[in-house]
Amino acid sequence: MTAVGTEPRQVDLREPAGWRRTKNRIMTWLMVLSFILVIIPLGFVLVTVIAKGASAISWSFLTSQIPSIVAPPGVGGIGPAVLGTIEIVALATIIAVPLGVLGAVYLNEYGGKNPLAAFIGFMSDVMTGVPSIIMGLFIFSIWVLHFGFSGLAGAFALACLMLPIVIRSSYEMLRLVPNALREGSYALGATKARVTLTVVLPAAIGGIVSGALLAVARAAGETAPLLFTILTVTAANPNVFSGANTSLPSQIFSNANQPYVGAQDRGWGAALTLIAICFILMIVARLVTARFARYARY
Amino acid sequence: MDSPEPNLVKTELPKPAALQETQRAGAAFSGTGTTVFDAKNVSIFYGSFKAVTDVSLAIYENEITAFIGPSGCGKTTVLRTLNRMNDLVANARVDGEVHYRGASLYAPGVSPTAVRRRIGMVFQKPNPFPKSIYDNVAYGPRINGERKKSKLDEIVERSLHQAALWDEVKNRLNASGLGLSGGQAQRLCIARTLAVEPDVVLMDEPCSALDPIATGRIEDLMREIKSQYTIVIVTHNMQQATRVSDRTAFYSVLRDEKSDTRTGVLVEYGQTQQIFEDPHDSRTQAYVTGRMG
Repeated sequence: MTAVGTEPRQVDLREPAGWRRTKNRIMTWLMVLSFILVIIPLGFVLVTVIAKGASAISWSFLTSQIPSIVAPPGVGGIGPAVLGTIEIVALATIIAVPLGVLGAVYLNEYGGKNPLAAFIGFMSDVMTGVPSIIMGLFIFSIWVLHFGFSGLAGAFALACLMLPIVIRSSYEMLRLVPNALREGSYALGATKARVTLTVVLPAAIGGIVSGALLAVARAAGETAPLLFTILTVTAANPNVFSGANTSLPSQIFSNANQPYVGAQDRGWGAALTLIAICFILMIVARLVTARFARYARY
Repeated sequence: MDSPEPNLVKTELPKPAALQETQRAGAAFSGTGTTVFDAKNVSIFYGSFKAVTDVSLAIYENEITAFIGPSGCGKTTVLRTLNRMNDLVANARVDGEVHYRGASLYAPGVSPTAVRRRIGMVFQKPNPFPKSIYDNVAYGPRINGERKKSKLDEIVERSLHQAALWDEVKNRLNASGLGLSGGQAQRLCIARTLAVEPDVVLMDEPCSALDPIATGRIEDLMREIKSQYTIVIVTHNMQQATRVSDRTAFYSVLRDEKSDTRTGVLVEYGQTQQIFEDPHDSRTQAYVTGRMG
């Protein structure tokens, strides 16, 4: 107590004051504001579709035949469109997802730095930016002109759309698998294919499935690629390999063009159905990811 | 590498504390004397960079051989050469000859998978697969074709016993392998390696990420399995080398002034007791007495 300079140092543990505090508050509010701005249009869309379409939804709506455009609200439904969407999107998924995952496996595990891998990666990125109607026109010129309109052609067009998305998301998921896992598997005497199939893919599967489901949801909502490939009709066509077909987005498109109340009503109902399907797919994606990540948790 | 003041070289060096209490380490050679690995003039390049130069040594059966030395001296590189793990690095190249029980490891036509099935490896950072504990240990036997559940159960239990992990996990074999503590995870990786019953177990600083208790458990484990396996361990911890190993190889770094590159070189190789009590080379002496890092 007698020596100079032994006074205990004052420690200031309060929140930063003055300009720092104000800046902090401004940034916090800016971020909240941005979030609200983003949510508003999303909320508007959801509320509008639900408000306008809810009255049309019923089991008979989802299964009945498509009536003529002058039919009043409550008559008929969009059954063929639901069937068409499910069939065409399922077929597109079967085509695009295995190809996309295998492509990503090649790019990440086998391709390395060789020119072919670089080329495939680059073209896949370019394809994500190609307008979806181009995909439709492409399939139109190489398939439809020779084999006619069909759900299969629509599936091809949607697969072209899904493929780059699946490749890119699977590639990122595979890259995230730590190299230590691969080394551990190699050290036990596994061949490269074994390592990829038994360690790398299972470790990445959650993310791969979730990415694939996102691609599916995107494809389910596309109209443009289907314009020239399925030739929207109103009759149900369970045979997806031959004959023109229809899908929910196509039906929404054609109904939206009609002046009749009934058609408009059914269009809104179809829109709500489509959103509901995408929503269900998202939930399934979450559940699947959680299930597969069971061993990645503690 | 100037030798230290002459009078120090002639004087009796005080024994490191670790050696005084663990004379048993290295004293009784359980080895059979058979040569397991024979490396002659091995140099390892990464592209044009020479990482390790002119290493020649022999590893003997049923012994624990330790590689010690400062960081960056190529101990891990040489270790990985013994089971062709350097093949996984893009531009790695091995010159010279490595023979495993008489057969050349780098001859054309040799399958790296067959090599690695016989020469297992445990890594510095424990890397359990994101699978259940059971599936982690059963992974090796499964990829070798074993399908019968009863046989797999038996192998899993035996390996976990050998790795001194059975009691801790026997009631939760279906829990995720990622949920184990560091020491347990490393023992799981050892169990996984032992499940395929390799001939040799290579260990790359297996205890560097572990606490002393877990380290002690793994050293006990090494001594127990020595009679069935040949073990080569890379370690930064000199006391560990004196505690467990029969032979020790000391590596150091050659600095090339002109190109400013560092190349690993094998300085001295001999029985552990001799390396630590009576090192022949001054660099070894400087390292083991702690005068150099």
